[in-house]
Amino acid sequence: MKMTDEVVATRRSRPASRPTPDPVGPSIGVSGGPSGTPVVHEVRTEEDLLVVRHAVRAATLECGFSLIDQTRVVTAASELARNTYIHGGGGTMSLERLNRHGRTGLLLVARDEGPGIEDVEQALEDGYTTGAGLGHGLGGARRLMHEFRIHTEPGVGTTVSAIRWTER
Amino acid sequence: MSAPVPAGVPILRLGNVLVTGLLDELDDKTARAFTDELTERIAADGPAGVLIDISRLEIIDSFVARTLSELTTTARLLGARVVVAGMRPPVAITLVELGLALEGVETALTAERGMQALGWYHGSQPPERGTR
Repeated sequence: MKMTDEVVATRRSRPASRPTPDPVGPSIGVSGGPSGTPVVHEVRTEEDLLVVRHAVRAATLECGFSLIDQTRVVTAASELARNTYIHGGGGTMSLERLNRHGRTGLLLVARDEGPGIEDVEQALEDGYTTGAGLGHGLGGARRLMHEFRIHTEPGVGTTVSAIRWTER
Repeated sequence: MSAPVPAGVPILRLGNVLVTGLLDELDDKTARAFTDELTERIAADGPAGVLIDISRLEIIDSFVARTLSELTTTARLLGARVVVAGMRPPVAITLVELGLALEGVETALTAERGMQALGWYHGSQPPERGTR
């Protein structure tokens, strides 16, 4: 009777590859860590939410995102981290810089060991909320990112992975 | 509720308008404290309008959006008109993509225009060079 729900959404296909030399970033976020190594942040307090935001902002700068894309990614991260904190009872958010086909991306993974999401499709609908938000958090975060994946098991937890790629 | 926490944002009175703003790092506690304080000031001062400058906000997520919506509604119920001013363009784009139009919240491009919308003029500005 194990219920596993996985939703994969790719809003836009990944941009066509254009071979450019990978600008190898030495670190991501403020905590260091080489490219390709996820940096994990705790999401257990309100203060952690701000720390995560700063780390994501720094990571988007390092990846070379435009200002609008920085705003999109930081906003999505804020929604995901808040979900982890409020609905998941706390957890982690990891940031990882990706280099694929000459393009740079930022992968956010929000993980909790909370109650899980009973109906993922419903949770992604605008206006659906069980908490203090406007119910646009999850669906909104999905629209702000290029790739979005939810893995949730009732009683086990929820992991949301989201990627945005840079324009060039 | 616990003892009131100062929100850390000044609320100024200019004529019949209250002028205030939001800081970028709005957490739950600060948001609640700010809402409480502003509501008390509206009740005490009875302003016609409230200008909330948000030019410091680097992002508006659904939590901040909800805070702004609720503030606006509360103020309106107390007879004050709220204008939210100074949203950064990337924030506006992101909000729309998030699906949050901040409906019912009156906005202005800048604090100055917001003040004008609230009927507050500064009459002493000399005409700029080059005006006809």
